[in-house]
Amino acid sequence: MIEFADVSRIFMVGEQEVSALRNINLNLAAGEYVSIMGPSGSGKSTLLNLIGLLDRPSAGIYRLDDLDVTTLDDEQQARVRREKIGFVFQFFHLVPRLSAATNIELPLILGGVPAEQRKERVAQLLQNYGLTDRAHHRPDQLSGGQRQRVAIARATIMQPAVLLADEPTGNLDQTTGKEVMGLLENLVGQGVTLVLVTHDPALGQRASRQLRMVDGQIVSDIRQNS
Amino acid sequence: MNLADILRFASGSLRGARTRTLLMMLAMSIGVAAVVILTALGEGARRYVVNQFSSLGSNLVIVLPGRSETAGAMPGMLLGQTPRDVVLDDALALLRSASILRIAPLIVGAAQASHDARNREVVLLGSTPELLEIRHMELAQGRFLPETDPHTATPVCVLGAKIRRELFGPEPAVGAWLRIGDRRFRVIGVLASQGESMGMNTDNLVIVPVASAHMLLNTQALFRILIEAKSRDSIAGAQRDAEQIMMERHGGERDVTVITQDAVLATFDRILRALTLAVGGIAAISLSVAGILIMNVMLIAVAQRTQEIGLLKALGAPPAEIRRLFFAEAALLSMVGSLLGLVLGEIGSAIIGLAYPALPVAAPWWAVLAAFGTALGTGILFSVWPARRAAQLDPVMALARR
Repeated sequence: MIEFADVSRIFMVGEQEVSALRNINLNLAAGEYVSIMGPSGSGKSTLLNLIGLLDRPSAGIYRLDDLDVTTLDDEQQARVRREKIGFVFQFFHLVPRLSAATNIELPLILGGVPAEQRKERVAQLLQNYGLTDRAHHRPDQLSGGQRQRVAIARATIMQPAVLLADEPTGNLDQTTGKEVMGLLENLVGQGVTLVLVTHDPALGQRASRQLRMVDGQIVSDIRQNS
Repeated sequence: MNLADILRFASGSLRGARTRTLLMMLAMSIGVAAVVILTALGEGARRYVVNQFSSLGSNLVIVLPGRSETAGAMPGMLLGQTPRDVVLDDALALLRSASILRIAPLIVGAAQASHDARNREVVLLGSTPELLEIRHMELAQGRFLPETDPHTATPVCVLGAKIRRELFGPEPAVGAWLRIGDRRFRVIGVLASQGESMGMNTDNLVIVPVASAHMLLNTQALFRILIEAKSRDSIAGAQRDAEQIMMERHGGERDVTVITQDAVLATFDRILRALTLAVGGIAAISLSVAGILIMNVMLIAVAQRTQEIGLLKALGAPPAEIRRLFFAEAALLSMVGSLLGLVLGEIGSAIIGLAYPALPVAAPWWAVLAAFGTALGTGILFSVWPARRAAQLDPVMALARR
């Protein structure tokens, strides 16, 4: 469902051109669990941003569900992002003044879903993630694990086909980290494509397909049956 | 995102930064209140003057002896000429004009009036019965000057309310004798108290027939001729005819000035309206300052909420939506601020109205609308740039920032 053909991304740093990605060719099937590992600056976050349509490739073609998304304008890309892609960030990125429930509701509000339907779906997710009694707390009143659970609930409320996680456990302790990974992997079981960017080899090895990147290129692509 | 959600989101972020929001609304409301109060004052002054003029009479044309010259000293004086007096027959001749409904000649002078032992300095006014109609005067008792040949010096007089009170006290005045100068006059009427009107207080007057005033003041020269034109449309004709007739009677010389009440009124109206606009405009500058403040604060908000904007983009908000959110925020801010300002302005005007009851203080509707519109307009205009900036933020950079 995700298809990269000769994709490059070049940044201008001052006068100099820096290639963050060089001629990436990649195919991810629906429901795959992929981890991207590699040293800092190897281009793994850039790749994730490209998959998530937060960034545009300098060259090459990206097809999502057989649709060439590189030619879409900002408006259309935003729509694709809203409907097909969910993000989970290292720093949670919850809106500090909004309650947990409203943070989860945000994608539905942006999508123009009527209020009654929103309430129902938010309540369902709060229950799924054990946050019902925390619904009206603001992010600063929640623990790290709870915040990331709110973020995952928000990322999944639109039932996206692809979930992109950038170091989702980077700010959590081991126990909570495991718990959060459990939640994410659980979603793979439900047919979601999960792309996980991490430094941590132990975490990366849990994925059924492991990509390793160095210097903007994919140097290894290992599949294993878990 | 539907409108209700946009507004809820925007008001949420305004509530999130309470101090900032309050200060902004204060700036906005002071601007709007200033516009409302200042225009209310200006408009009050204008209406005060207009009312004063209208109470003088309607469709008035006034003949003044002498030509008003704008070029230096009066050239007639230098040549040893003085303008010819305007006399009673000049006034009566004006009735030939088809545009003129009626006229009232006026002679004014000071005189000594006494009754029993009481004696007062009064303003003596010589005129004809038509004065009552032309000047919109009202009688409290008795009747006005008799309808006789204006050349006859009938010894009767009509008193102003204050003179009547001071000379007669509780005694009945109508029918009594009053001595003015060296002659005796029968009091036939008393004017209703009207108060001040363009510097002339009718309460302090004693009105006698014009011929009697000639004798008392020992002059034939009229002070003014008041003319009432037949209708509003014939004012210009009356003015033209009056000038023509006076010129014919004065040997082809233009030695009188004919002014219309409308022209004077229109001039005052223009001056005071310009004044109102000027003070309103100055107040509006404070509004644009408030607008710049809004821009500044919105720019800060964009910088502070970079992450939030990045997140909204990641969640699938298109640039136009982000722009709308910031617009809504600025619009809400300036709307609430302006409403507050309108309330403040109305309260301020009401207080001024209480302090100066004679002044009809009320902001004209156009000023209220303009203030509200300007506030809203500047608020939204000055948020264009910050909103664009927010919409154009690169989501990757915005989210990377911690």
